[in-house]
Amino acid sequence: MKNGQLITITDMVKDYPIGRGYFRALEDINLTIAEGEFTGLVGPSGSGKTTLLNIVGSLDVPSKGEANVLGHSIGQLNARQSAQLRNHHLGFIFQTYNLLPVYNVFENVELPLLLLKMEKNKRHELVDQALDWVGLQDKRKSRPAQLSGGECQRVSIARAMVKQPKIVLADEPTANLDAENSHNILQTMETLNRDLKTTFIFATHDEKVIQYLHRKISLFDGKVANDEQVKK
Amino acid sequence: MLAIKLAYRNLMGARLRTWLNVFVLSLAFVVIIWFKGVLNGWNQQARRDTISWQIGGGQYWQENYDPYDPFTIEDSHAPLTDEMTAAIEQGKMTPTLIRQATIYPQGRIQSVSLRGVDPDQKILELPTSYLKSEDGEIPAIIGTRTAKNSKLNIGDYVTVRWRDVNGTFDANEVKIVHIFKTDVPAIDLGILWIPIDKHREMVQMPNEATTLTTSNKTGFIGEFPGWVFKDHYFLLSEIREMIKAKSVGGYIYFIILMSLAMLAIFDTQVLSIFRRQKEIGTHIALGMTQKQVVALFTVEGAMHSILAALLAMIYGIPLLALQAKVGWSMPAGTDDFGLTISDTIYPSYSIGLVVGTTLIVLITTTIVSYLPARRISKMEPTDAIRGKIQ
Repeated sequence: MKNGQLITITDMVKDYPIGRGYFRALEDINLTIAEGEFTGLVGPSGSGKTTLLNIVGSLDVPSKGEANVLGHSIGQLNARQSAQLRNHHLGFIFQTYNLLPVYNVFENVELPLLLLKMEKNKRHELVDQALDWVGLQDKRKSRPAQLSGGECQRVSIARAMVKQPKIVLADEPTANLDAENSHNILQTMETLNRDLKTTFIFATHDEKVIQYLHRKISLFDGKVANDEQVKK
Repeated sequence: MLAIKLAYRNLMGARLRTWLNVFVLSLAFVVIIWFKGVLNGWNQQARRDTISWQIGGGQYWQENYDPYDPFTIEDSHAPLTDEMTAAIEQGKMTPTLIRQATIYPQGRIQSVSLRGVDPDQKILELPTSYLKSEDGEIPAIIGTRTAKNSKLNIGDYVTVRWRDVNGTFDANEVKIVHIFKTDVPAIDLGILWIPIDKHREMVQMPNEATTLTTSNKTGFIGEFPGWVFKDHYFLLSEIREMIKAKSVGGYIYFIILMSLAMLAIFDTQVLSIFRRQKEIGTHIALGMTQKQVVALFTVEGAMHSILAALLAMIYGIPLLALQAKVGWSMPAGTDDFGLTISDTIYPSYSIGLVVGTTLIVLITTTIVSYLPARRISKMEPTDAIRGKIQ
């Protein structure tokens, strides 16, 4: 990592095989993202936002070029190293929340800490703290089916933040939420970004999210069309 | 350890779905152990009764004797040697003289095996002391099955006709002095027991015998020319084969029960992997490798058998203990089949039986859980997260 740059992407290409040929999802991507940024990958459907987010999240690998996340070249990591990177340093927020339906709120938020093999008392302390951040202490025993969409996404944020990762990747986090809930969770994330210096990267085409972004990277047909800082 | 913890949490979270599978599997546990226990109990009872009523510590057979070939009976007799007589006097053996005969109960004709036995013998549980008679009549004892078949009661007289050593027919009346009840049909069905001295006199075979039964403590004494020693392994082979045949029937129950339980778990696993793709993707996103997720799902499936073992313990131990105490009553007439079987079988459960059954169920469940879970390693994590059917 150079000069606080958490993510450096250089000449990156991503192809998906289709029949005998391939589909180019990303082309010539060059980006750097620094610590503490509140950045969005913005663009229409099929522009490559989620693909780029997945590569940064080490869930996928580039076909060409280099994607360096926290000093790790994503293409060079084996399955175990990728899992370690996600486990220790990355948090994920999904459009459909992806909460485990048989776990209650507390258990869902606790899961990443269990994977880190953290000791019980410390685990409970951090889960309590995360539930405080998102204001869901009173729902700790509830199961996802008993929560509203906004509450589910807040649980998802708590789960992503509980281990205090360096980077949180949020894929269309407000797509299933109404305006009020969208603003609530965005405010929560903005506060966490400000207080904890966690880097947030969004993949979105939702105007409600875009108005909160500090940096807007526009993608179109797999290429970076624009990259601008937004003054707040 | 983490896989166990998460698997347990997942199973507990799934509530009724888990407990239905666990209950079916626990039934398999209890029924398999119960059935094997009944067979074990029967085996033990049959061996014990056969030893104490029929074969003692083993038998010397006159070399021509073959109980399955009636034509050999004619020549299956030989005089006792001095060594044999000494052993008999020391209570180490007791002789039996076996001849074919015919009885005429109520005018009907029935073939019987006429057996002379020492009224003073203590080796077998056969109640031969009833054969001590001093009133000049020929006393006879028969088992309940023979009494039923020939409609004979205590105090009845029945005509017996036999051939002596020279092949000459002779006849006399015997008095039924006792009817004994035994679980060993081989010493009951079609057998008339009379005192051996009288028998020898009737057939003109003084000091002769067909078999010599040793006491359970004595067993093999030594080689006697013209006599062959038959040990427990040989004499109990019928029971062994019968139990083996019954065990095969037991395995069919076992396979049916296990198949039902395994099908339930296999279905649950396949359905889980199909239905829980997002969850699989989420686990990967949170930092698990695909191999770890496969392990988690396999442990989750295998844990059904552990929970089933615990549930089976809760209701199975009291149930099986009660069954072992009160026994399992056989239907009326079962003993007429010619099997060594008591009115009530007391199941016998060994540690080996319980541990063996548990291991078989655990291993089978693990394999059944692993097979569908392997598909997880072929999933694209990015598709799994979105719950995209693969």
